[in-house]
Amino acid sequence: MTTRQFGQPLKRNEDPRLLTGHALFTDDVQLPGMLHVAFWRSDLAHAFIRSVDVESARKRPGIVAVYTAEDLGEFWQPGPLLVPPPPVEQLEFHQRTQVPLAKGKVRHAGEAVAMVVAESRYLAEDALDDVYVDYEPLEAVVDLEAALAAGAPLVHEDLGTNVSARVTQTKGDWAAAESEADLVLRRRYHYDRGTAAAMENRGIAASWDERAQRLTVWDTTQAPIAIRNGLAAMLGLSEHQVRVIAPFIGGGFGPKIMMFYPEEVLLAWAAVQLNCSLKWIEDREENFYATTQERGQIHDAAIALKRDGTVLGVKDRFLHDAGAYAPYGLTVPINSQCTLLGPYVVPSYRSEFTSVFTNKPIVTPYRGAGRQHGVFVMERLLDAAARRLSLDPAEIRRRNFIPPEEFPYSNEIIYQDFAPLVYDSGNYEPALDRALELIDYERFKQEEQPRREAAGERVGIAVVNYIEGTGIGPYEGARVTVEASGKVSVATGVGTQGQGHYTSFAQVVAEQIGVDVPDVHVVTGDTDLFYWGAGTFASRGAVVAGNAMHAAATKVRRKILKLAGEKLEAAEEDLELIEGRVQVKGVPQTSISLGALAAEANPMRGAVQPGTEPGLEATEYFGPERGATASGVHAMILRVDKDTFLLEIERYVVVHDCGTVINPLILEGQIQGGVAQGIGNAFYEQLHFDENGALRNASLMDYLLPTASDIPNIVSDHVETPSPLNPLGVKGAGEAGAIPVGALFAQALDDAYRDIELEVREIPLSPNRLFELVGEALTRERA
Amino acid sequence: MNQTIELFVNGKKYSRSIEPRLLLCDFLRYDLGLTGTHVGCEHGVCGACTVLLDREAVRSCLLFAVQANGREIATVEGLGEGPQQMHALQHGFWEMHGLQCGYCTPGILMSLVPFLEENPDPTEEEIRDLLSGNICRCTGYQKIVEAVQLGARLLRETSN
Repeated sequence: MTTRQFGQPLKRNEDPRLLTGHALFTDDVQLPGMLHVAFWRSDLAHAFIRSVDVESARKRPGIVAVYTAEDLGEFWQPGPLLVPPPPVEQLEFHQRTQVPLAKGKVRHAGEAVAMVVAESRYLAEDALDDVYVDYEPLEAVVDLEAALAAGAPLVHEDLGTNVSARVTQTKGDWAAAESEADLVLRRRYHYDRGTAAAMENRGIAASWDERAQRLTVWDTTQAPIAIRNGLAAMLGLSEHQVRVIAPFIGGGFGPKIMMFYPEEVLLAWAAVQLNCSLKWIEDREENFYATTQERGQIHDAAIALKRDGTVLGVKDRFLHDAGAYAPYGLTVPINSQCTLLGPYVVPSYRSEFTSVFTNKPIVTPYRGAGRQHGVFVMERLLDAAARRLSLDPAEIRRRNFIPPEEFPYSNEIIYQDFAPLVYDSGNYEPALDRALELIDYERFKQEEQPRREAAGERVGIAVVNYIEGTGIGPYEGARVTVEASGKVSVATGVGTQGQGHYTSFAQVVAEQIGVDVPDVHVVTGDTDLFYWGAGTFASRGAVVAGNAMHAAATKVRRKILKLAGEKLEAAEEDLELIEGRVQVKGVPQTSISLGALAAEANPMRGAVQPGTEPGLEATEYFGPERGATASGVHAMILRVDKDTFLLEIERYVVVHDCGTVINPLILEGQIQGGVAQGIGNAFYEQLHFDENGALRNASLMDYLLPTASDIPNIVSDHVETPSPLNPLGVKGAGEAGAIPVGALFAQALDDAYRDIELEVREIPLSPNRLFELVGEALTRERA
Repeated sequence: MNQTIELFVNGKKYSRSIEPRLLLCDFLRYDLGLTGTHVGCEHGVCGACTVLLDREAVRSCLLFAVQANGREIATVEGLGEGPQQMHALQHGFWEMHGLQCGYCTPGILMSLVPFLEENPDPTEEEIRDLLSGNICRCTGYQKIVEAVQLGARLLRETSN
C-alpha cells in the first residue's frame, strides 16, 4: 500500500473553490426568468386571523402571484413528524407540526401568513406592504411554568393543554438511594434559548421543467434525500421526477436538518403551479424567527451521595420549551435526559420531563441537541456536592468514573435512536489526567491563584467532563467508482455544511485504493447521484457514511485485485496498490494503471463471463447497531474584570476521545469551532423574548456572536479509544466542543468567587447578569 | 428612474443601467454574476460581503451600487488567478485550515488585503483586532489567525 492517507492532517480538497469564490451556494443559483419570493410574516406571537387581504398586493407591478393558506387547497397540510416518540413505557405524546402558511391562527412571531412571487426580490418585498391581516390578538404563552398553570392560554386549543409530551425513565431505585445517602442536594437550573446563526441564512431555489416533467430543488438542507422523498409525495410526483441538491452550505449546526420548513414545500409547489423557476433567500431577521432554535429548559434536580463523594443517585424533573410546533419529536429532551448521566456510575436515576408548547419559534436540535442541559445539571450537582463535602471538583469526578473494564456499559434507559443507552467504549481517567496536566491544575490552585488573589485579582479554574452519544443509525450508503482516467469518484447521500467531507471521505477511500486524496472526487448531497440516505446530524457523518465509504472502497479494492491478478497473471496476494496502479510487489515493471484496469472492467465489445458486473465500482451501506460514545474533558482558567465583569479566558484545554481520527486537522477545527459556539452560548448569546412573545434582539447588532477578540486559542489533545461498533473505530466529533462549555464557565466563576459562595445555576450569562449574581451572593454572604 | 453607472470591477470595465436602490452586493452578485461575495446579515455586522472600493474594505450590503459609479471595486474573484493559481493569502488559508463552510471567507480575505498592505507583519493581537469585524461561526478563529500569519509570511516572501 502507498503512504498512509487515513489519519493524516491533509488540507482539504474543497478549499480552492471556496477560497476563490467559485463554490456554488444556494443563493448563487440563477436561472433565466427566475422569479423571487418574499413572505409576509406575523409580528404577533399569538392571534386569531380574522382575514387576510392580498388583493392590492396582487395588483402591484411585477407581482406574479400572492398566496395565502386558502389558495393552497388540498396541498395545505401540517408537516410530517420526523422522529416518532421513543418506545418508553411512561409516555404521553401530542403531535402538532408546522403548517405551510398560517390558517386561522398564528402561533409564533415570524410565522408566515402570505407568500409573494415577483419578478425581483425588491418588488416582492415592496408588495408585502400591501398585505393586510386582521388579527384578534391573544395572550401569549411564553413562560414554561405559566404555560402549564390552570387557565393558561393555549397554543393549540384543540389539545386542551400546552403539554406536548411527558416522559419518565428510571434506573435503579431513587427512593432507596435518597434514604441511604449521607448528603442529598436539590437545585433548580435554568438554560435559555440561543440560535445557531449559521453565516448563510436558509434558502431554496426550485425549478419545474414542464417538458422533462422534472423538478429540481437547491436547498440549504442537511438531508437532501428526505427532502426529495417528501416533496415527491406531497406533490404527487415520482421520486425520479424530483432532484434535490444540497450544494455548498454556509454552516448548518442542526437547524438546517429541520424539515419540512414551510418555505421548502411552498417553493416546490409554486414552481410546479407557475411552471417556472423561483428562489427565496431568508434574510437575517427572518432567520431569528423562521429558523428553528434551541435550549430553553428548567430543571429541578437532586443528587444523593455518600460522604466520600460516591454518587448513589440522581433525580431530575424538567420542563422543555418545544416552541409552537414539535416536528422533531422528543430528540432534544431525550438527549438531555440521557446525557445527564455522563461518564459516571449513577446507580439510581429517575428523570421525568414535560415538553411544553409555547408561542415561540420552533425548537429542533442545534449542535449539542439537548446534551448541554444534561451535562450542565450533572456537572453543577457534582460541583455543589464537592463544595459541601470539601472535595476538589476534579476528585469527585474521578471517584465516580465508570472504570474502563466496565464497557460496554448499560444505563438501562432508552436513547434518541430508540436503542438502549449503552456506552460502547471509553476510558475517562487518562483524559482527565491529561487535561489537568495541560491546564497545570495543581500549580494554579496552589501557587498562582492565591498569589493573584492576594494581588486583588478574580481568577478561577474549572474542569468538567461529558460524554456524547454520536454516530447513530439508521444507515448511510456510498458508491465508489474507479474511472477510466484512473481517478476515483465517490457519492453519498449525506449533505455537507463545512465539515470537510470532500476530504475525510476521500481519505477513507484513498487508503483502500492506493490513490492520492486529491484524486478522489466526492459528491455529497445530490439525489441524482446517490439515491439512499438519512442525512448529516448527530455527529454521524464520519461514523455512518465514513464506514459505508470504507465498505464500498474495500469491495472495489477486491475487484481491482481480482481483475489485476488475471491481467498480470499473478496471485492476488502478490499484488499491491500503489500510486494509482497495481503492481506485483517489488516489481514495478509488472504493473497496470487503475485507469487501464477500469477500462478493461468495462469492455465495449466481445463477451464476458456470466454474472460479471461491469466497472470497478461498488455500493455499500452501513448501519450501526447503536451509536458510538465519544467523551472528553474541558478545562479553563479565566479572569473576571472586577469593574466591568467582562471575562478573559486565559487558558482553554480540550482533551477529547472520538475514537480513531480520520483527519486531525479537520478534527481540531471541529473542536475549536464547537468551543467557540459553546462560549457564545455560555456568555454572549441569549434570545430575549418579551411577555408577548416578541423577540427583542433579532439582529446581529443585538444578538452577540463571539468574535476573534472573544475566543481564546485552544490547547487540545486526544485519547483514542476506538469504537468496537464500526470497522474504522471512529466516533462522532461535530458537536463535542459545544456541549460542556456552560458547565465549565459556571464552575470557573464559582471558583473565582468561592469566598462569597457564588453558585451559578443558569446559562447563558452575560457581564450584566454576572454582576447581578455576584451582588446577590454578596448580599447573602453579609446576611 | 434607472441610472447608468460605469465602474471597474477586478480591473474590468462594466456599464449597467440600474435602479438607484440596488445594493452594491446585489449588483455584484446578480447583475455581474460575481457570486463569491456573500451576504450574511444585510446590516453591516457580519462582514461576509466585504469588498474593496478604491482599495479600501467596505461592506457591500451598506452601499448602493450607484455609489460605486466611476470607481474601482475588487472582489474575491479577482484576488488570485482562480482555483489553480491562488493568491498567497488564499494559500495561507488552505494550508492552515482557515475555513470550514467557507461562507464568511471571501469577506475575511478582502478585509485582510488592505490590512496587510499597511501592516505586512502584524502581531496576533493586531490580527484578532482586524478579524473582530468579521463573524465566522465555524472555526473559532484560531486557525484563521494562523492562516493570516502564514499568508502574511508568504506575501512578504513574494514581495521581497
